[in-house]
Amino acid sequence: MATPKFVGVETEYGITVDGPREVNPVLASSLVVGAYRQAGDRDVRWDHTDEHPMRDARGYDTPDPHEPVTDDELGLANTVLTNGARFYVDHAHPEYATPECSNARDLVIWDKAGERILEDAARRAAATLPAGHRVLVHKNNTDGKGAAYGTHENYLVPREVPFGRLTRHLQPFFLSRLLYVGAGRLGTEFRGEDVPFQMSQRADFFEVEVGLETTLKRPLMNTRDEPHADPERYRRLHVINGDANLCEVATFLKVGTMLLVLDLIEDQALPEPPAIHRPVQAFHAISHDLTSRIPLATEDGRKVTPLEIQWHYFEAAARYVKEQGRAAPWAQEVLDRWEALLATAEQDPRRLAGQVDWATKLELLEQYGERHGLDFGHDRLKMVDLQYHDVRQDKGLYQRLAARGRVERLVSEVEIRAAMTTPPTDTRAWFRGECLRRFPTQVVAAGWDSLVFDTGRDALQRVPMMEPGRGTREHVGDLLDSVADAAELLQALGT
Amino acid sequence: MSEGGQVRKGSGSQDEVEEVEHASTDTEPVAKDLLDDVDELLDEIDDVLEENAEEFVRGYVQKGGQ
Repeated sequence: MATPKFVGVETEYGITVDGPREVNPVLASSLVVGAYRQAGDRDVRWDHTDEHPMRDARGYDTPDPHEPVTDDELGLANTVLTNGARFYVDHAHPEYATPECSNARDLVIWDKAGERILEDAARRAAATLPAGHRVLVHKNNTDGKGAAYGTHENYLVPREVPFGRLTRHLQPFFLSRLLYVGAGRLGTEFRGEDVPFQMSQRADFFEVEVGLETTLKRPLMNTRDEPHADPERYRRLHVINGDANLCEVATFLKVGTMLLVLDLIEDQALPEPPAIHRPVQAFHAISHDLTSRIPLATEDGRKVTPLEIQWHYFEAAARYVKEQGRAAPWAQEVLDRWEALLATAEQDPRRLAGQVDWATKLELLEQYGERHGLDFGHDRLKMVDLQYHDVRQDKGLYQRLAARGRVERLVSEVEIRAAMTTPPTDTRAWFRGECLRRFPTQVVAAGWDSLVFDTGRDALQRVPMMEPGRGTREHVGDLLDSVADAAELLQALGT
Repeated sequence: MSEGGQVRKGSGSQDEVEEVEHASTDTEPVAKDLLDDVDELLDEIDDVLEENAEEFVRGYVQKGGQ
């Protein structure tokens, strides 16, 4: 039986300051992150003690000239929020990393909370600038001019699952899931190719099959081996090939199907998927095609379509959940939605408008273009493409579609608002978030797997949190309720 | 998803002839509502879309990230 999985998603948002004065993006990002703090709050330092971004899952450490010095050294804003998320500046973008979640539905809620936090933070940042400046934030992954920035999914996987098996079993899945993961864009990064619109924002930027890089020569399968948990027991699968999604159904399926497929791989319940010939080229081709029926060559000389690959995984997952007889409610919902989505795609993937981003955006571009007689090269349609991702609820085009009931919602606005300040209750994010809320002056640093307290003693005290499933409300709720301050907490914890 | 999307989905499995028959009978009022709905949506997009699209799109340049 597969171990419980945990998931978090980090998103680098696009940022623009519009106004008379030019503001560089690193400063703008820092303004946005800094503006979100309440007056009087101070930055919670990030605890880098157990961070090893250059450790490779294939078993070695690589020095990388592209990996930046830590943000503390640059003095960039970094905050850890009471909802358990990290909100900071990374690579000239404001980045929101969700707290650890135990299921896909929670991930949707805390990912959406990130959109609202960015909306709020950008408005506050603009208020600190001279009149006439606007700070605009987009939940997208490319500027369409050669730059890409990431949305990375992170899944906790037992160390004993061999990395080679993960790579072999996940690669066809990564290629074919563009059908619901793609956020869509006009045009392509490949000069001379005629691609009016493609499924994925990120696909064109991928160049190699496997590797450690995230900013250059991006690999379909990233090998970063930095579990942010007990390294003897776990690895963190760092998935960098997906898009940022606005559609809740897309985020739910992106994460939900991965959680199921990882269970299948761990329990060796996945029939061998077809090995795709030249997978990077196939990734581009699938994104450029829009039908998910493009025949892909396999290494053993057969042809298979992206939809057929998806059915292979779906059928294995459905069988597995039935045999296990213990499907969590979210798992059954993932299966039901996954099957319905693939059935719709069998008829015509464009009918997924309202559920996945690329099809929703494409329908909007076609309708708007038809009304004004614009072709896909026109700046106003490029503006529609971009403004679809604007996080402002009164201006963002996705947000307007949602307000009109033209996209399907899975979670309520009440849940999203609550998640801006409160953590999930059933992961270690609960301990992180609650300590920050209860003892704001005594937590001086936080990491994914630690909290550092200053209780007035000579030395700071570091509490390791190496198990993502511990530190839940069930585990430590009563304990936290019984202490008056962090000193009492640490005493009770025996540190 | 909008109601209109579901209407479309239902008719997708029919062949051409049946679709036309349906369109001429009971789905007609729904289809008209759907068109009104799209019109209102496009009106709203005209309202909220960045006014100087050409300049904004040209100026939208991001630093690469991960």
